[in-house]
Amino acid sequence: MPCTTQDVIAALCAGAKTITEHRDELVRLDRSIGDADHGENMDRGFRAVVAQLDSAPPETPAAALKLVGTTLISSVGGASGPLYGTAFLRAASALGETAELDGSVLVGALQAGMEGVEARGKAVTGDKTMIDALSPAVEAAKASAESGAGAATVLAAAADAAHTGAETTESLVARKGRASYLGERSAGHVDPGARSTALLLAAFAEAGEAGGAAGAAR
Amino acid sequence: MKKILNEPANVVGDALRGMALAHPDLVRVRTDPALIVRADAPVRDTVAVISGGGSGHEPLHGGFVGPGMLSAAVPGPVFTSPTPDAVQAAISQAEGGAGTLLVVKNYTGDVLNFETAAELASAEGTEVRTVVVQDDVAVRDSTHTAGRRGVGGTVLLEKIVGAAAQQGTDLDGCHRLAERVSERVRSMGMALTAPTVPHVGEPSFTLDEDEMEIGIGIHGEPGRERVPLDNADGIVRRLLDPVLEDLPFTEGDEVLLLTNSMGGTPLMELYLAHGVAERLLAERGIRVQRRLVGPYTTSLEMQGLSMTLLKLDAELTELWDSPVHTPALHW
Repeated sequence: MPCTTQDVIAALCAGAKTITEHRDELVRLDRSIGDADHGENMDRGFRAVVAQLDSAPPETPAAALKLVGTTLISSVGGASGPLYGTAFLRAASALGETAELDGSVLVGALQAGMEGVEARGKAVTGDKTMIDALSPAVEAAKASAESGAGAATVLAAAADAAHTGAETTESLVARKGRASYLGERSAGHVDPGARSTALLLAAFAEAGEAGGAAGAAR
Repeated sequence: MKKILNEPANVVGDALRGMALAHPDLVRVRTDPALIVRADAPVRDTVAVISGGGSGHEPLHGGFVGPGMLSAAVPGPVFTSPTPDAVQAAISQAEGGAGTLLVVKNYTGDVLNFETAAELASAEGTEVRTVVVQDDVAVRDSTHTAGRRGVGGTVLLEKIVGAAAQQGTDLDGCHRLAERVSERVRSMGMALTAPTVPHVGEPSFTLDEDEMEIGIGIHGEPGRERVPLDNADGIVRRLLDPVLEDLPFTEGDEVLLLTNSMGGTPLMELYLAHGVAERLLAERGIRVQRRLVGPYTTSLEMQGLSMTLLKLDAELTELWDSPVHTPALHW
């Protein structure tokens, strides 16, 4: 079941909705180990994304992701604006002119997005950042695509792994971002960036499954 | 939360409109994107010195815009760095043809957004240099963190480099000077209470009546340790010792001492602490040649203070003494 531009836009809108729903949770997580702005910033950014998608609907999956990237960079601020913005821009570049995403194309986009975050944020696995959710997500997506799975299944595998990855950040001591200044005291709290990454991927996967079910019924 | 507010989400824009009305002779203000520029900007053939970062640290940076200091300031949302297009807009408003120096406090978000803005401005033909301020000695093991934070030392750097730019120093010269000030300035802060971010509505952390946080930053994040509350002598010693050891500052050094309120500490306590600091420095044979006492780099209404020491020389002293005319600093 390939994934069309419409499916991508639906997934992005689902992502925006989940960020709004979890705004307070992300604020709370960031208040514990950061500066309490992650939920507010992500909510502001994704509201802007939805407004952009409504006013100028993109015509390819790549155009949709590029629009998300530029909108996040120009509306979020903080560290998450450039990091998420770069992730979406790099994923858009990886898609090129592709009109419909299959499992392996999706893996390429996820991988490119993660590499963008690594390059901008200079974080690695275990630093207690969004990489701790993204990296296992990419690995799980790869394994799923190699077994021949379609886009929706690959996305579901990525979302599951991201969720687990985000949970593991609870015990980690932060080495990047604002939380790194707390040293040992940063342990015991889930990283807000890893959590928002897991939330977004879960929303994308859920939208993917809904799209797949609709496709099968057609 | 008890604050003087209308809509929490509009706090920065509302404050900027008030600031513009309060200082029409000194600054011009825009709210979308938010920026504050000198009323007479752009100043032709003069390096534009621009800084910015999250709001909530007032008067940093908007209060330091004006002749002899900053050309423009870019305020993000509370405790959140501004976006690259806001920084770029400030550059295009303030740039007078001699290039732009960006003064960036070392926080991941500030560095990423200003870096991106510098790339965008360079692509459009503006020469941009960046200095990253990292004066906070509270941050240990900087290889295992995002590096030392930029705190109170930023004000001293902005004043000195702003004076040089005003005198016609070119971009290379301003950049070298900024790096030199950055190498010679160190800070450490403490808190008695946490601030409350308007859109959050509750304090960023809680401290018991008999506790204090040592080694705090300026974003309501907890510090490097929580210890029993001490008297003023003990508190100032805890802040000065790591600062003195770090550079190190030694007997015979001439320094500028900034005793900075985090926002909620009254001047009476600040002067008291400043007196202690001058006494402790005199005991070590360190000569305080210039001083600044007040709220300059704050963290909303946080009670607490920070101490900043800058090692002076003749050039830095002369630039510090040069005239400055901004909402928060003037002589």
